[in-house]
Amino acid sequence: MVSHRIVLIFSKDIVDKPYTYHLVKDYNLLVNILRAKISPEEEGLLVLEVEGKRTDFENGMKYLKEYGVKILPLVKEIKRDKDRCYNCGACTAVCPSGALHINKSNWFVDFDEKKCVLCEACVKGCPTRSIKILFPDFVN
Amino acid sequence: MVTKTYEEINEKIRQKKAVVVTAEEVIAMVEAHGLAKTAKEVDVVTTGTFGPMCSSGAFLNTGHCKPKIKMQKAWLNDVSAYAGLAAVDIYIGATEVPDNDPGTFEYGGGHVIEDLVAGKDVTLKAIAYGTDCYPRKELKTLINLKDMNQAVLTNPRNAYQNYNCAINLSDKVIHTYMGTLKANAGNANYCSAGQLSPLLKDPFYKTIGIGTRIFLGGAQGYVYWEGTQHSPTAKRGENGVPRSPAGTIAVVGNLKEMSTHYLKGASFEKYGTTLIVGIGIPIPILNEEILKYAAISDKDIYTQIVDYGFDYPQGVAKSHGEISYAQLKSGKISFNGKDIPTAPLSSYAKAREIAGVLADWIKEGKFFLGAPVRTLDLNDKFKPLIERPV
Repeated sequence: MVSHRIVLIFSKDIVDKPYTYHLVKDYNLLVNILRAKISPEEEGLLVLEVEGKRTDFENGMKYLKEYGVKILPLVKEIKRDKDRCYNCGACTAVCPSGALHINKSNWFVDFDEKKCVLCEACVKGCPTRSIKILFPDFVN
Repeated sequence: MVTKTYEEINEKIRQKKAVVVTAEEVIAMVEAHGLAKTAKEVDVVTTGTFGPMCSSGAFLNTGHCKPKIKMQKAWLNDVSAYAGLAAVDIYIGATEVPDNDPGTFEYGGGHVIEDLVAGKDVTLKAIAYGTDCYPRKELKTLINLKDMNQAVLTNPRNAYQNYNCAINLSDKVIHTYMGTLKANAGNANYCSAGQLSPLLKDPFYKTIGIGTRIFLGGAQGYVYWEGTQHSPTAKRGENGVPRSPAGTIAVVGNLKEMSTHYLKGASFEKYGTTLIVGIGIPIPILNEEILKYAAISDKDIYTQIVDYGFDYPQGVAKSHGEISYAQLKSGKISFNGKDIPTAPLSSYAKAREIAGVLADWIKEGKFFLGAPVRTLDLNDKFKPLIERPV
């Protein structure tokens, strides 16, 4: 079994196909949509967590590439500026997945990357703006 | 009965023999050894808090340019500063935002103060009508904290003695100075260091008053008055601790000596900007009674659950329940039969750090107690504005 977080970029002309459906149905992959920005007549973006057998994953990616979907690994995800963060805990109020949570032993805010769903609620929920979601440059 | 005087404790500090513990550490000491023995042993208990405090700002004297100007309106990095004072005295307030702010509040007065403390150059823009003695009408220049004559952090209300636990009973998410509050009481936010918070550990201000020397933004500062909205007559528990927002202090200190580690500009979504201020107050253990109060713990400090969806904005004073800081700090509280998650806006980690730093200063003989010239008022009431429309 493998599990990868990937960014899919669709050009305008291929944005209207149900890729996620095919990944699930034809390739047996477990797909969790972390972020989606798709509107008709525009370039689309899909951030997925994909889990499944290695061969299924590879075939699924091959399928996407055949349709011209650009696939990129999600390398940088969330960045905390430790100097600006004062460990108040305001972000834990808006984090829906418990990725940001208070460590009761020292009252510091800890971040569990695996639980993060990239919803970005913490970005504006942080009073000192010490959390940034970093997508690859081409996304912005 | 143990009794000590300020002079005696200051003498011990001078000799680096003072016994100093934090307001957190003293709780376990009193539990283990009792009041009498601990009061004999401990000279000073240090407190700390680090949270957003909107009634904060700084008086700056920029020095005179040539020819001279009497600033009528002034801006620092496009954030308006109050100039209705003598020629080059201005006051930059924490919650001021640029005139053309799009409503995102990414930068405001609190950030200007942080930038100044960081040693960054800041743009000063000023206009004036021009007089015979101050002919100049316009000024635009870079300025730096180090070149100013005076820069004095002067906060009219800080270190609230207790604060509301905020929830939202409306059916829409709201964004407040108490952070984001989800609909239908989806979460609860609170903002006090509880058992480390200065005024909660000296609930009747027996040692805190005008002239009390404090830790302020990383430097030594002073309490200069009661804070605005000082309300010592708020309902108290049997242990004397207020069960809702009560006393406040006005504080002052040299901005040039402060550090961005303990002063930070902040933005609250859809509310505005503010300054996060680090404050620590030493409580001299003059007798057992003072120690008894200083040793009160989170489980015996209560606050009220207040609805920010309707009640607070509409000026309805209503409590939706009472909750202890021990419960708030557990991460969830029970409200109307369901568990709701809690989150703090005041950093307990940083409060602990400040109480520790202040304790070290005293132990090392760098910080002496300032006996108050007079202690804080005990009779004030928090009054609403009675409108008399004209």
